[in-house]
Amino acid sequence: MPLEYYLVLSALLFTIGVIGVLIRRNAIIIFMCIELMLNAANLAFVAISRSLGEATGQVFVFFVMTVAAAEVAIGLAIIVSVFKHRQTINVDEVNSLKG
Amino acid sequence: MPLLVLILSSIIKIVIIVHLLLIGVMAMIWSERRVSGWMQDRLGPNRVGPQGLLQPIADGLKFMFKEDLIPDHVDKPLYVLAPAMLLVPALVTVAVVPFGNAITLFGYEIPLQIADVNIGILYVLAITSLGVYGVVLGAWASNNKYSLLGGLRSSAQMISYELTLGLAIIGVLMLTSSLSLRTIAVEQGAYPWQWNFLIHFPAFLAFTTAMYAETNRLPFDLAEAEQELVAGYHTEYSSMKFAMFFMAEYMNMIVGSAVTVTLFLGGWHFFGLENVGGPVWSGLISFGIFFVKTAIFLFVFIWVRWTLPRFRYDQLMNFGWKFLLPVALTSIVVTGILWIATGSRLIVGIGNVIAAFIVVSIVAGLLVMNKTPEPAIQDSNRQITPSALDAIE
Amino acid sequence: MNPEQILFIFFGAISLIGAIAVISFRHPIYSALSLIVTFFAQAGLFVLLGAHFVAAVQVIVYAGAIMVLFLFVIMLLNLGTLSAQGAIGGKLKGFAIILGILLAAEGIYIAMNALNDTAVASAEAAAESVTTTTYDIGELLFTKYLLPFEVTSLILLAALIGVIVLVKREGQEEN
Repeated sequence: MPLEYYLVLSALLFTIGVIGVLIRRNAIIIFMCIELMLNAANLAFVAISRSLGEATGQVFVFFVMTVAAAEVAIGLAIIVSVFKHRQTINVDEVNSLKG
Repeated sequence: MPLLVLILSSIIKIVIIVHLLLIGVMAMIWSERRVSGWMQDRLGPNRVGPQGLLQPIADGLKFMFKEDLIPDHVDKPLYVLAPAMLLVPALVTVAVVPFGNAITLFGYEIPLQIADVNIGILYVLAITSLGVYGVVLGAWASNNKYSLLGGLRSSAQMISYELTLGLAIIGVLMLTSSLSLRTIAVEQGAYPWQWNFLIHFPAFLAFTTAMYAETNRLPFDLAEAEQELVAGYHTEYSSMKFAMFFMAEYMNMIVGSAVTVTLFLGGWHFFGLENVGGPVWSGLISFGIFFVKTAIFLFVFIWVRWTLPRFRYDQLMNFGWKFLLPVALTSIVVTGILWIATGSRLIVGIGNVIAAFIVVSIVAGLLVMNKTPEPAIQDSNRQITPSALDAIE
Repeated sequence: MNPEQILFIFFGAISLIGAIAVISFRHPIYSALSLIVTFFAQAGLFVLLGAHFVAAVQVIVYAGAIMVLFLFVIMLLNLGTLSAQGAIGGKLKGFAIILGILLAAEGIYIAMNALNDTAVASAEAAAESVTTTTYDIGELLFTKYLLPFEVTSLILLAALIGVIVLVKREGQEEN
């Protein structure tokens, strides 16, 4: 299976993630779309790692996953505390810095 | 081995194992009720068939012929999907468990394992971590407060104890330097003092405890605590869908026991008995040994159920995060250091026990010292009760 | 078509459908489930690429931990009952999709021309269907990338502390 197919798939997944961030207003779904984009990058990493015949790309996937896990923990905590204060997680309504 | 033989033997193995699991579930339901009766000095079901042996079949028929009720207020797609999402992970985990040595038939050596994946134990962890979806989605889709509470409790509990489950096996993996369950089983010798549970005794205890929590069994059955939540996450389920939840729980127990036997209790080894007999018989004997070990472990499951009372929620979290997790973490560090320094399994084993004892004493001491004598506000989250401390012993 | 192509199309199609479902479902729980499906399909793709370890970690970390957290929060906040959480209006949406198509075209263009890079192209011929073992990854992780590896533990620690500070209830500070 040639490398290009995997890269095209990765690009498509990334794009879907971007569109999701642009059109959805629910903070949780926006978060999911960010996860989707990170995953698309992971797919490209692994595909290129295979075609180069070494494991470096997979090591980077490992790092991406760690960052994603940390980001989700923090992000969801922020969402929960925003919801407690504002009773909404619509990003258009959460537009002032002052709680 | 030709491809045709490989495919044929795999299909036969899958059929046998899946049926064994289903029969095992029925046997477990019967023995659970009989053993419970025995432990509580009563009889248990004994009317249907000799010794009540046909009781599970009667139950199964009843489940099938009951009306398949879907309440109006539920989220239908997820409500229907949830039991399957619990049952399927329970079923597919068994694919990588080696349930015996190889058997030689018609000149082909067939390993008694459906698939020897080189990341076997990671596969087991990955699939068991999916079981939580069935519980959580079933709970949410039921649109019922008791169910939702059960689902929330269960998801927090499963995430917490999964960590221990994963960390406890690292020591085993370090000394075996392989992730394949077959290699781990083979590396443990024929005699009990060569098995992993003695070398990694604290990790073994932590793993077993975490596994009880993962299977939602007493004393960790907060997700379905009858006295508090009606039936927890499956309150709204009836007939075959409830039966699927029920079967998944027992299947998880069986598979979990099989994995524990493989990782810690020497797999199919028992004093060299597995090598007795010809190429066919030794395979069957090794399977028999594995079967007996798993059965004994399953008996312990039932035994524990009637011995320990249920944890309170804060006790559960305290126990998981403050005792089990540090013990599992220490076992990794101690195993690594002692193995590099001495290379002796005996020293690693002794060091693990001592280190775990020290860690548990320190944590217990800290908890006792930090305990405020009379808290001004009754905050149940921060209280340490004597029973949480008792549980570590 | 060989089995690898069939599997690639299968997993690729599932991951694309799942991804589109993530951004189309109105209820967050269905989006989360679609995302889990996508992650699974990607794990399948990783296995196809010979990266078994990464595939297993993908399922453990994403499907087993991250998405459970998402579901937990969705259930905790009971978001199904909230109104005004859908997508943005028609005109802006069209604009977003046009931008997306442009981005996709750009991505595909880069992907199709990736092989013009000589470094990739020369290695491509040499290393077809190489399976990376856990051993290889571990070796790289603990030698060449030891420092980044340790830094990730700092990131996790920072996240841990951050979350505790964020969700700490007011009135508990004096304890």
